[in-house]
Amino acid sequence: MTTMLNVKDLRAYYGQVQALHGLSFSLNEGSLTTLLGANGAGKTTTLRAICNMVRSTGAIEFEGKPIGTRSTENVVRLGIAHVPQGRGTFTNMTVEENLQLGAISRPDKKAIGSDIERMYEHFPVLKQRYTQQAGTLSGGEQQMLAVARALMLRPRLMLLDEPSFGLAPLIVRDLFRILGKINREEKVTILVVEQNAQLALELADQAYVIETGRIVMSGNAKDIANNEDVRKSYLGY
Amino acid sequence: MELFANQVLAGIATGAIYACMALAVVMIYQAIDHLNFAQGEMAMFSTFVSWQLMQWGVPYWGAFVLTVAFSFAAGIVIERLLFKPLAKAPILTNVAGFIALYAIINSVAGLIWDFTIKQYPTPFGSSPFLGSQLISTHQAGMIGITLLMLALLFFFFRFTRVGLAMRAAASLPESARLVGINTSWMIALGWGMASAIGSIAGMMIAPVVFLEPNMMLGVLIYGFAAAVLGGLTSPFGAVMGGFLVGIFENLVGTYIPGVGNELKLPIALALIIVVLVVKPAGLFGRAIVKRV
Repeated sequence: MTTMLNVKDLRAYYGQVQALHGLSFSLNEGSLTTLLGANGAGKTTTLRAICNMVRSTGAIEFEGKPIGTRSTENVVRLGIAHVPQGRGTFTNMTVEENLQLGAISRPDKKAIGSDIERMYEHFPVLKQRYTQQAGTLSGGEQQMLAVARALMLRPRLMLLDEPSFGLAPLIVRDLFRILGKINREEKVTILVVEQNAQLALELADQAYVIETGRIVMSGNAKDIANNEDVRKSYLGY
Repeated sequence: MELFANQVLAGIATGAIYACMALAVVMIYQAIDHLNFAQGEMAMFSTFVSWQLMQWGVPYWGAFVLTVAFSFAAGIVIERLLFKPLAKAPILTNVAGFIALYAIINSVAGLIWDFTIKQYPTPFGSSPFLGSQLISTHQAGMIGITLLMLALLFFFFRFTRVGLAMRAAASLPESARLVGINTSWMIALGWGMASAIGSIAGMMIAPVVFLEPNMMLGVLIYGFAAAVLGGLTSPFGAVMGGFLVGIFENLVGTYIPGVGNELKLPIALALIIVVLVVKPAGLFGRAIVKRV
């Protein structure tokens, strides 16, 4: 299996405060990996560092090329879609405009229309609301929209920051089912950051556990889910 | 009743000046989230450039097109050189930058073209429009140009990919970067467009107020008032605001005794304050619906 993303000795800083202390991990092409950890462990910072949205040092390679010095928009243009915490919805634009924006950096304009139709198949609720201002959608619908917007990039790698946050359990199940489907059918490599460890481990095939800016555990998602010590000390269930 | 109708018509005619300027004000506000105090001076300088071109023998519309192109490029250059380095600075630093730019452009224009008043031509003529003494063909032409610009802007923002990207960059820069938009260049583009629109406003206004380095001082304040009244987030609102301020100013001058020409400017300023207190989003500004 080829490595898609390789992160080595990643250190990130907010002003004087160091948030990541030499993080190293890698993602295999086509995998669905989850990054788990408590509040403040550095999960969000890790995703933000990959997209160069926070000052960091260390080596980040995407498909063999170093991307550490690229600006956020140029990282995204390589095919790395990032669904940020809080979803980043363009609330004063319509659902359809949000989807159009997802594809705005793509050169192949002709395929955008059919891609939007495909998103409506994945997320039927968006089709019913396509002329509606995105800010009026419910939290679950906005999360669906955020994932759909990211997919409009036709990404090779998708980063999701706590997609389950603030959603009802049933909706989270639905969302995770769709993420699994996208991973299998559209061959999108996925890295999902989660606090909801139980669900994330059911979904993922690889898992990393992070604590105060360091990786403390990594391996097969099932093994980690079955290891009682790990569960008790790091995952809290 | 006839007096009322006439005053409204005259108000629309002056309002066209404010509408033109307000359009440029809103454009820059959309792109950078600040009011550009040097906007009027940039427009004045552009107008001088077109005047100079005409002095050199370039025909009106040729000078018009060249000036718009020059202003577009100059707007981008100003942003790259002066305001890109200030992008992360506090608002006050930016305001200081605007004021510096205001003073510099004003002085440079005075240095090159001196402070004497100059005649500026109109392509529309200045005979009465449709037999009305209250509105001239130039003012009618100016209203037409303003509405045309508004229509083009609407089309640009609603139906083009660049327009969509600019709106995204203005409303949520971080999310815009995450879909691959180069937000920094979108801001520069906004400056270019605002500067180009301002140059058109200047060339339309100059035949009415005459050309000189301080010609935009009053106009810009009315333009701010118009933009605030209509809503700083809406180009359509800005234009409507411009006409409304023009009409309002005329009606108050006609019907309220004691309000002569001297009190017209304070009325514009009072209007800004009243709108900001009563309806901060303006008459046509989009109230954003949010669901938590």
